[in-house]
Formats: sequence, C-alpha cells, structure tokens
Amino acid sequence: MTNDIIILPLVVHLFFSIVLMFFWNKVDFQKIFSVVANFIALVVAICVFVFVYNNGTQVVQSGNWEAPFGIVFVGDMLAATLVLLTAIAGFAVSIFSTISVIRARLRFGYFSVFHFLLLGLNGAFLTGDIFNLYVWFEIIIISSFVLISIGGEKNQLEGAVKYFALNFFASMIFLTALGVLYGLVGTLNMADISLKIAEVQNRNLVEISAVLFLVGFGIKSAIFPLYFWLPASYHTPPSAVSAIFAGLLTKVGVYALIRVFTLIYGGDGFLNTLLLTLAIMTIFSGGVGAIIQNNIKKVFMYFIICHIGFMIGGLALFTEVAMAGVIFYLIHDIIIKTNLFLISGLIYRIKATNNMKKLGGLYANYPKLSLLMAIPLFSLIGIPPLSGYWPKISLILASLNAEQYWFFGALIFGSLITLIVIAKLWSEVFWKDQPKLSLPKKFIYFDQLRLGQKFTFIFPVAFLTFVTLYIGFGAEHIQQLSQRIASELINNELYIDAVLKR
Amino acid sequence: MRTLILKSASSYLLPVLLIFSVFILLRGHYLPGGGFVGGLVAAIAFVLHAFSHGLDKTRTILKLHPGFLMPLGLLVAFLSGIAPMVFSDLPFMTGLWAENPIPVIGAIGSALFFDLGVYLVVIGASLTIIFTISESA
Repeated sequence: MTNDIIILPLVVHLFFSIVLMFFWNKVDFQKIFSVVANFIALVVAICVFVFVYNNGTQVVQSGNWEAPFGIVFVGDMLAATLVLLTAIAGFAVSIFSTISVIRARLRFGYFSVFHFLLLGLNGAFLTGDIFNLYVWFEIIIISSFVLISIGGEKNQLEGAVKYFALNFFASMIFLTALGVLYGLVGTLNMADISLKIAEVQNRNLVEISAVLFLVGFGIKSAIFPLYFWLPASYHTPPSAVSAIFAGLLTKVGVYALIRVFTLIYGGDGFLNTLLLTLAIMTIFSGGVGAIIQNNIKKVFMYFIICHIGFMIGGLALFTEVAMAGVIFYLIHDIIIKTNLFLISGLIYRIKATNNMKKLGGLYANYPKLSLLMAIPLFSLIGIPPLSGYWPKISLILASLNAEQYWFFGALIFGSLITLIVIAKLWSEVFWKDQPKLSLPKKFIYFDQLRLGQKFTFIFPVAFLTFVTLYIGFGAEHIQQLSQRIASELINNELYIDAVLKR
Repeated sequence: MRTLILKSASSYLLPVLLIFSVFILLRGHYLPGGGFVGGLVAAIAFVLHAFSHGLDKTRTILKLHPGFLMPLGLLVAFLSGIAPMVFSDLPFMTGLWAENPIPVIGAIGSALFFDLGVYLVVIGASLTIIFTISESA
C-alpha cells in the first residue's frame, strides 16, 4: 500500500503534537522540537507532492472500508499542492514563533496546538468525505480559538469572541447544508454525491443547499458581506499567529468553495452569477477598506479580503483558463500573505509599533532588510515578473473571454488599489523620516537581540520571499501545475473514477 | 460537603465506580458504552472523592497530574490507528483482531485500544477542567 503516503502529513503532525504535549512544561525543548518537526513535515509534504505529481490521484480508504461507505482520503494534485504550501508556511511560522511569541504564551501549549492546527488544515485538504471535511473544520477552528486567545490580553479576547461567534455560526450553517444535501442524495462521499446530485428532481432544494454551503464557507473565507469578523480579530494575536491565520485559514474556506463548486455544483448558472456578484463586491469593499487604514496589519487584512474576491470570481467564471488563474493565485496568495504578516511582526520588533503615522525611516536604517521586505510587497501588487503578475493575466484574460466586464473592472480596480496602498505604505514606513515620539522603554528591540535571535526573525521572511521569487521567476512550472489542477477540477470524472475505482 | 456518610460512602464507591467504568469501556463495542462514557464514569468517581475528602487527598491517590493522561490516551489511540499500516500493510485505522477470544474480555482488537485511548483522554480532560475550577473557586 504505497499510496498510504498521502496520509503521512496527518500522521506526522498528530504524532508531533502528542509528543509536544508530553513535554508541556519544557518550552525550550518544544521550540527546537517544533522547528525540527516542521522541517520533517516539509520533507514529507515534498515527498507526497512528488509522488502525486508522478503517479496521479491517490486514494486511501481509511479502515479499509470501500469508497462510498467509508471515509476516503484523496490526494489529487490540488490537495498535494496545498499540503506542500501548508508545510512551507508552517515551517516559516514555527521558526518565527520561537523568539517573537513571548514565553508566557508558549507555556500554555502553543506549539502543540499549532501542530493540531496544521493537522486540521492538512486533513481538510486531503479528505474526500464532506462530513469529514466538517470534522477537520472543527479541528481547525478549535485550535485557532486557542491560538487567538492564548495570552488573554483584553483586545485579544475581544477579537477572539467575535471570531468565535461568527465561525461557530458558519459551522452551524455548514452542518445544516450537509443535512439538506444528505437528505437529497443519501451519501456523504463527495465523488458519490457528484454522481447522484444530477439525478435529484428537486433542483430548488439543490440550489438551497448550495447557497447554504456558500454562506458557511463564505464566512470562513471572508467574502462580502460576511467578512466583518476578520478585521475585528486578525490583528489581535501575535504576528506569528496572524500569519498562519492570514495565509491558511481563510484559504481553507476558498479551497472548500473550489472543491464543492467544481465537484458537486459545477457549472450552475444561477450560482455562478451569485458568486461573481459577491466576488466583485468583495474586491471593492476590501480595497476601499484598505485605503483608510493606518495600521499595517489592518491594511494587510483588508488585502486578504480584497484578494479573496479574485479567487472567488475566477471560480465563478468556471473555465479552464480562469481556474488556472485561481489556482496560481491561491499558491501565490498563501505564501505572500503569510510573509506579509511576518513582515509586520518584524517591523513591530524593530519599531515597537505598527502604526504607519508613527513609523518611518526604515529604509535609511535597514537598507538590506527593506530590500527583503520590498520583494513581497511588490509581488503583492503584481509588478512583472514577480509572482502576483502571472495569475492576474490568466484571470483578466478569462474575464474578457467570458465577457464579464464588471469582473474585469473589479480586477483592475483591485490591482490599482493594491498599488496605491502599497505605495502609500512604502513612502510612510520606509521613506519618510522617523517622526519624533516617545518609544516604550520596556520593550526588547530588534537591535538588542543576539545574532541567533535576529536570525529567527529574518530567516522565515527570507525563506518565504525566496519561494515567492521562485513562483515569479519559475512561473512556467507553476503555470503548468495550475493548468493541470484546473483541468482536473473541470473534468471531475478523473477524481470520481479514482475514488470509486470505476 | 464534608459529611460523614458521603465520606465513608465515597471511599467504597471509588473502586466500585472505577470497575464499573472499565466494564462500560469493555462492553462498548457492540452494546451501549465505550471509551467516552467509561471515561466520564471514572472521572465522576474521582470527582466524588474530591468532594468528600478534599482535592489534595484525591491528588495523592491519583499520583500523577490528570493532564498527563491526555497525551498518553492520544498516543494509545494514535498507535492503534497506525498499527495496521506498520504491521499488516493495511490502510490507516483498519481494525485488527486477535484470532482467539480471551475469556471474560472477549475478542481483542485494535478498536479496543482506540477506545482505551479515548477513555484516558476523557478522564484526563474532565479531571483537569474540574480540578482547575475547584482550585480557583
């Protein structure tokens, strides 16, 4: 059973978090162990990716129960790619966490819960059973509740309550949608549902269940008008936690939307119009929100919302070119958003604030670091040949081909807003002279850290920047990969045949 | 709640409830019961003891911190899950069963060890929660 390899990412993360629980009080050991563990997980994820790339879609029937009845784990190209991206982001964030997250937080099992979060993410990407997807979502949100509220500062708990309430509500709606769907088709295996849903007579009920899924996943992936919890909560925990949330938590919602709306509700006219409208509104409201913010972290948060719209809109167009753009954008976005929040953590460590008005002079004092930070910022805008440029070409091309000029306009608007806001951020934070203000005394500044400690801040940013550069300059490989995933998603017979062994 | 009746009763009830919890754990495969319910019953036994004798005495009976039971239980459940992958080349979580049933306990399979893991996690989690609350109260 060599295809067992696709569940190895789950097995290793579960094992590591159990080991970390045994060493609950030994924080220094946990730091080293977690970094090593994430490195091992990265190696495993690369093996899984290469294996799936060479051998096609892999299926593991857990418990040896046959496909429509048991829970299956399906490693198709999309899942393998996302597992790899999760491992890359997890590795970077675990190194960043070692020094930047204060000891009082690490003492309460931070790393153990961090591995549980990664376990949940990997599980959500790999499962082929829609109820199992719900279970992985629960694991993700329970772990993220712990991570967001650990430390217990006042504004942190305020953010946590908002996050908790809305995500719990989303889970409830997701579960309702599951119930309706199960009542219609009598199966929970996604491949099996895909076959049986075409025969359902009551199309209205099918669309109702689709809209319920859209609302449930929409809250999680922060699309218009359901995104209000995100700006209220993501800036409150430490930067390392915000980074993993920004990079992966909203993207798992996007992944679920992609999976459900290609495999189960593919090509439905009404739903695609709905998705497209929501996408345009999401781009617009996220972009406008980003202009007025003064906190770097809040600016980046509104960018998350804005750029979610790009992906949802591409999904709504439902052509191969558009899907390739969506997948490329997803790959680019996971790395870049994780990196941006790590950068905001690094800036906070240097200047003890994230407020643009109080920041300044970074370029004069840290020219090399500024160059390092410039690359992800410019990639976000999509300056050719950096990584944001390539998926936007596919998306713009697809929107013109489909004659969706509103979405075309929204894409241009979103890119322009990104450019304006990053230009403003660059001039405020990097070029402007440092304004005179009283800096807090009891704060460990970046300059006071030892060389090894500085390394834990710079290495993750440099590592993710390197990956971004690869995505930009090796765009040919990523484009091939995205096109392969897109054709697998659009022609979903391959997935269904692999799962049901037809 | 330091009454004499409860105090003497709980000393006898502790072992009885623990045996009962193991009974529920073992009958759980085909009949109502299992690791979760068994774990709760075992946790109740210790909570009752803590009510009547005080938290410190229960701690001395337990010897180890209840939180330690959580990773231990998770490890047992985890090992029962990967055992088929390691030993017989079957998918994750496939049930492995011993050929000959053992008297009293019955057929032994990897599902029993999974349930045992759940049992330990539930005891650990509920005792940690209740002890922490009663400490701060």
